[in-house]
Amino acid sequence: MNIIVILFPLALGLGLVGLGAFFWCMRSGQYTDLDGAAWRVLQDDDAQAGPRGGVSGSDGNALG
Amino acid sequence: MAAQDLSVFVRHRDDGVASMELAVDGIRCAGCMQAIEGGLAREPAIVGARVNLVLKRVSVEWREALLRPEAVVERLAALGFKAYPFVPERREDGAASEERFLLRALGVAGFASMNIMLLSVAVWSGNSGDIDPVTRDFFHWLSALIALPTAAYAGRPFFESALRALKAGAVNMDVPITIGVVLALVMSVAETWNHGRHAYFDGVVMLLFFLLIGRYLDQLMRRRTRDLAGNLAALKAETATRLAADGGATVMPIAAIVPGDLVLVRPGERVSVDGIVETGRSELDQSLVTGETAPVEIGFGQRVHAGTLNLTGALTVRVEAAGQGTLLDEIDRLMDQAVGNRSRYVRLSDRAARLYAPVVHTLAASTFLGWLAFGLPWPEALMIAVTVLIITCPCALGLAIPAVQVVAASSLFKRKIMLKEGDALERLAEADIAVFDKTGTLTLPEPEILNPQALPPERRAEIGALAAASGHPLAQALARALDASRAAEDVREERGQGLSVGQGDDERRLGSIAFCGAEAEAARVAALYPGASLIACRQGSFRTVLALGQALRPQARETIAALRKAGLQVAILSGDRFEAVAPIAAELDVTELHAGLMPGDKLALLERMGKQGRKVLMVGDGLNDAPALAGAHVSLSPVSATHLAQAAADIVFLGDSLAPVAAALTIARKARRLMLQNLWFAVLYNAVAVPIAIAGLATPLVAAIAMSGSSLVVTLNALRARAHGEARP
Repeated sequence: MNIIVILFPLALGLGLVGLGAFFWCMRSGQYTDLDGAAWRVLQDDDAQAGPRGGVSGSDGNALG
Repeated sequence: MAAQDLSVFVRHRDDGVASMELAVDGIRCAGCMQAIEGGLAREPAIVGARVNLVLKRVSVEWREALLRPEAVVERLAALGFKAYPFVPERREDGAASEERFLLRALGVAGFASMNIMLLSVAVWSGNSGDIDPVTRDFFHWLSALIALPTAAYAGRPFFESALRALKAGAVNMDVPITIGVVLALVMSVAETWNHGRHAYFDGVVMLLFFLLIGRYLDQLMRRRTRDLAGNLAALKAETATRLAADGGATVMPIAAIVPGDLVLVRPGERVSVDGIVETGRSELDQSLVTGETAPVEIGFGQRVHAGTLNLTGALTVRVEAAGQGTLLDEIDRLMDQAVGNRSRYVRLSDRAARLYAPVVHTLAASTFLGWLAFGLPWPEALMIAVTVLIITCPCALGLAIPAVQVVAASSLFKRKIMLKEGDALERLAEADIAVFDKTGTLTLPEPEILNPQALPPERRAEIGALAAASGHPLAQALARALDASRAAEDVREERGQGLSVGQGDDERRLGSIAFCGAEAEAARVAALYPGASLIACRQGSFRTVLALGQALRPQARETIAALRKAGLQVAILSGDRFEAVAPIAAELDVTELHAGLMPGDKLALLERMGKQGRKVLMVGDGLNDAPALAGAHVSLSPVSATHLAQAAADIVFLGDSLAPVAAALTIARKARRLMLQNLWFAVLYNAVAVPIAIAGLATPLVAAIAMSGSSLVVTLNALRARAHGEARP
């Protein structure tokens, strides 16, 4: 049963990573516009618009 | 016209980048989003633009040195979107931080319940096999290690609310929840200490997780309501012309006007502030405020109200309140009275909670005493009583109503109907009589051309430009009805007669019947539209007469018919004269009408209906309707309504059409049906689960299955509140 000593912290650690990711998403405003994000993923304009196309992720945070 | 000044809306950053939030009219789909972001990105001075499709807003950042905020609005207009800047709420706002805390607590509870479940499944399967008691104890202690801090953190919303209620000497839903959670944790720790087989750490944390979902949905609903109210205020895009001390005039958004400012109101403009007239004399059309369509004389020292239309002369007004509106003392008193009436309504969820708490506590106590009498030692009897508390905990009850509200509210939003109160849906579904105001509610707020066929399309622009050149209220109304943006030049105005432009055969005239020599046409039109104001135009041998008057909102007839079909009685309550109300009522086939009512009369009538047990749905828009809107069982108002009316209404609908009233009723009835179904399901669930718990057969496994199963069923049922086959916005 010694395997538990390794497996349990591993499971807990993975869970904590998930929780951390959730908090990060919240803080960076990933949940502010769920409808928009669903459509945004389908846009393929970054190729033509070049570096000025839309706003980068970090700008979005500042605005969110 | 003086330049617009939008600087109040702009936020400045240290690096020379300014930002502004705008509510945008007409963002419907991903295409619009792409058009706005792409279009703004092509402007070199704009650093970034990001559309929020849920809130229908766009945030724009630009280099301050290169661009004025007005240019951003113009740029959006060039892309085909009307944008209205507004002041965004601050991040440290109380409700927003409350919502973020709930989401964080939800995340923690979710994480903890998953990890404890991992351990619990091992214990359950071990219990039916041959688990080593030492391993089981170890697993239980680990569960406690996760569950106790989680409960202390994620349970705070419930503990705090329960404490508040107890301090106030009341009991709410959170009291049984808190008692259940604390007792279950204490018993589980004691059980673990004594090397027992069952611990309920998983049940407690899962319970908190599900309850937090319900709580979060409730909060989300309120936040969305507040955001939309912010958009609505911005969409009205009201401006006022502020006079500076040196006499210069600037057009300012209403948000930038403060009490004490001096504001100029030109003839033909709608007054956007409340205040006292300093100079000037004029006549006011107060129909949006009092419902009365006949103009009222106004002069020095008299009070003007936002929403009235200045007809004949320019006024300077010392501002008393802008944006939210001051009130006539009379209306103020009536509002207090009306709000008192409304507070008698008890929400469905609260009614359920009042029944729930005593029943559950009696059950748990009698279970404990029963098992004691049966001869069980007290720790075991207490354990069984605690399982009764856990298993009856209102998981499904907590989700039953908020889940339906959120789904129904987004369904309403897609039809451009904004819900301002969560429980408005329940109240709307109960309505059995619909009471309409006339002016601005059944009819459009601005006068319309009643006989558009009399005006050939190719002449529309020409006549509109001619009308726009005049300050006469009728001409102004005609110019607005024809969407004329530019006034014709070299126009001669003969007072009391009309306008003319050009010479000889090319002369065009717009004005009174006699001025244009159109008596024959006028007689025909007057017979068709009694009560309408007539305006004639002439060019060479072409003569036509236009009838201007209050036109019914689109789909008014269909809406009234739909309400009748849904079993509602329909009545009209108007502040206007009987002669003005009767034709409208006849056209809509409404027989119950009351005209010439003062605001107090309206409220008294509604109260009388309320005493007779009627549930009144009030639709109105004027300042005079506000007490009635606040006092009715449920109330709706169009977006064109005065501030006060909109604040008093439960539901606000966009657009000119009246159809949203019927649509809202349909969705509300469906939502209420689903809420009741959910509540009945919760009862049924308890009817099955409670006997099992009382018998002492509810192991942690049974509790986990029962809780998650019932929550899932309730949530899935709530999803049915989405209207089938609804068009994407």
